Amino acid sequence: MVAASPKIAPAGSDISIRAVSHRFDLEGAPLPVLDDVSLQIEPGSFVALLGPSGCGKSTLLRLVAGLDHPSAGEITVDGDPVADPDPSRILVFQDPTLFPWRNVRANVALGLEAQGILKSEGGRVDDAIRLVGLDGFDRAYPHQLSGGMAQRVALARALVNRPDVLLLDEPLGKLDSLTRLAMQTELVRLWQQSGLTAVLVTHDVEEALFLAQRVIVLGPRPARIVADLQVDLPYPRHRGDPRLAELRHEALRHLGLEASW
Amino acid sequence: MTTIDIEAEIRAEPSQAVVQRVTLLASLGWIGAVAILLFWPDLTFQPLVRELALFWSAVAAALVLLGLGGNRLGRLGRWSASRGPWLLAIGLGAALWTVLTAKTGILPQPFFPTPQAMLEVFLYDWPKILYSASFSVWLLARGFFFGAIAGFLIGIGMGWSRAVSYWATPLLRYVGPLPATAWLPLAFFIFPTSGSASVFLIAFSTAFPVAVLTWSGIASVNRDYYEIARTLGASPLFLITRVAIPAALPHVFVGLFMGLSTSFAVLVVAEMLGVEAGLGWYLQWAQGWAAYANMYAALFVMAAMCSGLITLLFRIRDRVLVWQKGVVRW
Repeated sequence: MVAASPKIAPAGSDISIRAVSHRFDLEGAPLPVLDDVSLQIEPGSFVALLGPSGCGKSTLLRLVAGLDHPSAGEITVDGDPVADPDPSRILVFQDPTLFPWRNVRANVALGLEAQGILKSEGGRVDDAIRLVGLDGFDRAYPHQLSGGMAQRVALARALVNRPDVLLLDEPLGKLDSLTRLAMQTELVRLWQQSGLTAVLVTHDVEEALFLAQRVIVLGPRPARIVADLQVDLPYPRHRGDPRLAELRHEALRHLGLEASW
Repeated sequence: MTTIDIEAEIRAEPSQAVVQRVTLLASLGWIGAVAILLFWPDLTFQPLVRELALFWSAVAAALVLLGLGGNRLGRLGRWSASRGPWLLAIGLGAALWTVLTAKTGILPQPFFPTPQAMLEVFLYDWPKILYSASFSVWLLARGFFFGAIAGFLIGIGMGWSRAVSYWATPLLRYVGPLPATAWLPLAFFIFPTSGSASVFLIAFSTAFPVAVLTWSGIASVNRDYYEIARTLGASPLFLITRVAIPAALPHVFVGLFMGLSTSFAVLVVAEMLGVEAGLGWYLQWAQGWAAYANMYAALFVMAAMCSGLITLLFRIRDRVLVWQKGVVRW
């Protein structure tokens, strides 16, 4: 229904990460978090960054979003260097971080309002709410929503801007396991309908393999790319697929968890 | 829809035509007070005995109606049902008051006026009291308005700009805790009229807590809100007006409550010392004439004014912060 509208499907951007290193300054002592990471992401693809907690994968996502600047190296999106945050690259956090004083509709409208195009493009808000399956909840306040619904609102708030790049920072990390499985299927659908480039950060091996076309395995901090797995399976995927089990084995091996197989 | 209908029915059903026993008991209490008033002789002559008896009898009659009518009387009936014990207690209190003052003199005259004397004040002096009260409210409203605006802007400036914070924080720390009443003698000299001086002092006492709380509210806003807004294309102005301020509003309201409370004190002192009108002045004037009943009357009206204004602010807060329902309750 919504996918039929040509405007909702922007061509995703290509992301180029070239020799990026980053460190934090912790009370004078530098803490390296990314070490010489280079990565090419095709336009319209779904890529997962998989690695142990605290390895620096979220940092990489923040750099692509433009919220931080790398200590060394360069990131370009469609050839343009990333300098600042931009509505064409939207980051979805692990916490939905909805504004509690705004109802669902006003939360989703936030981006259009900030860009001053809410009046002319207001119809997009309803489209986005419908897209994530929350029709009828537009007047609800965040405290009335379940965790899964809140995260859907956060996705709608991102998608309403028709971004070329969707950066997902463990967006399903705090959901219960059943909601999580349902939302994974949902994420694939949203990505397929909108045609954007999706980059997902996760430490859940199954999630990465179920969702992404390509899984980049990062080592412990400072993060370096240790493997680049192609998930050559069509969508919709099946969790019991033996090929997924094989790939899971391989990913765990790269993460140093071979013994648990 | 259906659930709401069912709920309404459940609430309405058991309450049909139930006699409110406590309300009837309360009316008995008031009738007792009337009996004491009329048939127990006063120690000294008291004015308006019959009028007061009439007034209390009217209260008793109204309570009989409410008690018999039960919950058929809608909102009024629900009110009397929940406030029955209070209505009884007030009736007994009135009887006790009459006994202690007019009938036995256990509480000495004229320091503890009789109910009859209080009725006399309200009956004959109400224009002056009403004028004083409206003057006080207007003076307070102006001072509170300017103070709240100033405090809000200072708080936002301090929360948002390092330079403003650098210069304003020490000043606020040093001058802010000083009670505004300490400025009173100076303010009456500096300002052309005692009224403008009072407005300034009330504004001053309001601004300090509002500024501090607004500042701390803005300082405690979740950083992620800003990052979200920035990735969505927000300008710095948008970050202030649409992120920082709404997120800080619960704190701002705490500051407004504190400011309103302190401004009452400043108002009364200012009216007592310099302004020739208002409830504070009325209190002072009554003291000059040793008119104790008038002083109690002024205190009574003052309490009604202060609690009324606080309630008004609560209502405004509940409306503005409707999104907080179920999140924070205090």
